[in-house]
Amino acid sequence: MSTLAELARLIRSKNAGPFELTFDIMFDDVATYERVKRSGAITREVVARCYGLQPDAVKFFLCDSALAIKASIPRPYFQGDLRDSDGHGGQQYAPLMDIVVD
Amino acid sequence: MTASSDEVRVLSPTGVCGSGFLESSFEAALALGPHFIGVDAGSTDPGPTYLGTGRTAFPREAIKRDLRLMLRGARRIGVPLLVGSAGTAGGDLQLDIVRGILEEIAGEEKLSFRLALIHAEQGKDYLKRRLREGRIKPLSPAPEFDEATIDRSAHIVGMMGAEPFQRALNEGADVIIAGRASDTAIFAALPLMKGIPPGIAWHAAKILECGAAAVVQRKTPDCMFAWLRRDHFVVQAPDPALRCTPQSIASHSLYENADPFHLVECSGTLDLTHSRYEAIDERTVRVTGSGFIEAPRYTVKLEGAEHVGFQSVLIGSIRDPYIIRQIDDWSARLMDKIHARVAMVYGDRVKTEDYHVNLRIYGKNGTMGPLEPVKEIRSHELCLVFETTAATQDIASTIAGITRHQALHLPIPEWSGLITGVACPYNYLERGPVYRFNVNHVVEPDDPCEMFPTDYVTIATGAARSRAA
Repeated sequence: MSTLAELARLIRSKNAGPFELTFDIMFDDVATYERVKRSGAITREVVARCYGLQPDAVKFFLCDSALAIKASIPRPYFQGDLRDSDGHGGQQYAPLMDIVVD
Repeated sequence: MTASSDEVRVLSPTGVCGSGFLESSFEAALALGPHFIGVDAGSTDPGPTYLGTGRTAFPREAIKRDLRLMLRGARRIGVPLLVGSAGTAGGDLQLDIVRGILEEIAGEEKLSFRLALIHAEQGKDYLKRRLREGRIKPLSPAPEFDEATIDRSAHIVGMMGAEPFQRALNEGADVIIAGRASDTAIFAALPLMKGIPPGIAWHAAKILECGAAAVVQRKTPDCMFAWLRRDHFVVQAPDPALRCTPQSIASHSLYENADPFHLVECSGTLDLTHSRYEAIDERTVRVTGSGFIEAPRYTVKLEGAEHVGFQSVLIGSIRDPYIIRQIDDWSARLMDKIHARVAMVYGDRVKTEDYHVNLRIYGKNGTMGPLEPVKEIRSHELCLVFETTAATQDIASTIAGITRHQALHLPIPEWSGLITGVACPYNYLERGPVYRFNVNHVVEPDDPCEMFPTDYVTIATGAARSRAA
């Protein structure tokens, strides 16, 4: 059993334009990527749960060529709005780090 | 123009004009014989302030350094230089700033060339007409957009496609400074004119627009180079220490995109579903199989910023565990006190709906706000950031002053007597005007160039003679 943080080479978040946030979970090798992909530990539903959203609000992608898993969500506040706390969206990925992969 | 339709070679010196690149990489890339040099100079990433105010996110001197090297290099080998999204937001004020920098460099370097300035700022009457015609459509998610939004906007720009660049190249421009442009359009425009298929042209452009960002481990912003051919493109970073691998190039389509397989442009959608990435050697990658789906209607994305008000900022911290354990209740009571005191000071002149007090609590959920899953505070201290926003700086600062005094002495039941419950390193700071993005919509124009009028200017060793077209 490992966490996603231990298995990924990089977990990051970033703006995808001013209205969406996107998460990239990237792996070093095919074996690790395939292990995580097949484990079912990270899915659209899991990402939705991490951020308190309905699954249909989450875009979810498996990117085989890039050895990466990707998800995008609407921003809670648009970039730069009075209540927005993260102008670049760069520090929103921490809840994904603790996801457990069997 | 020396390009044959068999191969178009492209140099992207850096991901953003003003962020820098190594001169050694740039010289190595010039030796590869690029058919043009392209550079993206903007983004929404620094926030709405730049579109709102017309300032540039990168310092003037940093932009000038990069632009000088690019202009000198392009003129030396006699190829076009294409700059898109000039001065961060690509509005008219920023176009003027970059034009000024360029003319300064031309004078200092004794360079002569034909300059095209492509405007991207949109007139309010034009937008209202298109809105009434039902030819402004929302993307998702989109804020409300009506005539009042247009009136409130400080600036609205359209994000141009490849066609305005192509028109300027056909008019014989040596240097193009464009307002807001799709990052990729800068790099796809000329290859498309030379007959490179759109899937290849747009995918290569997507890699190139970020400079060396698609290498395995970027040390510093630097150059990227691509060879575009009829059925594939090849990409390599000119610095021999930088490596492109199939994975690093494939991964790049993830960066700052909501959907890694479908990238929407004005004229259609780049489709990377069937893209294949192969290593040619340990630092060079060949890409095949990228497609492009023509859109049934040409669309131009809008970006707008409106003035929200003036803001003052107060920073403080709390170390008392009694206050920390009741921070939510403490904050709610504080807000009531602030509103009561503002009403006392201003009466009817400033109502509750006329100002906004925002409190961020670092150590609780300051970074993630409503997305924060951790509910329990484990920190022995909290940082508080208050922002007060109102119609004038004076009112914003008055409310910041009220906030400070109310927060300092807000009583808690555990202590009797006057307390000072917040540590402030200094008094409030005045942030000036603040803006917000207010548009996530597209326009359906009659013609890809109608929103992007172009001025042609002959620069003769820095002296300009102008002609509008």
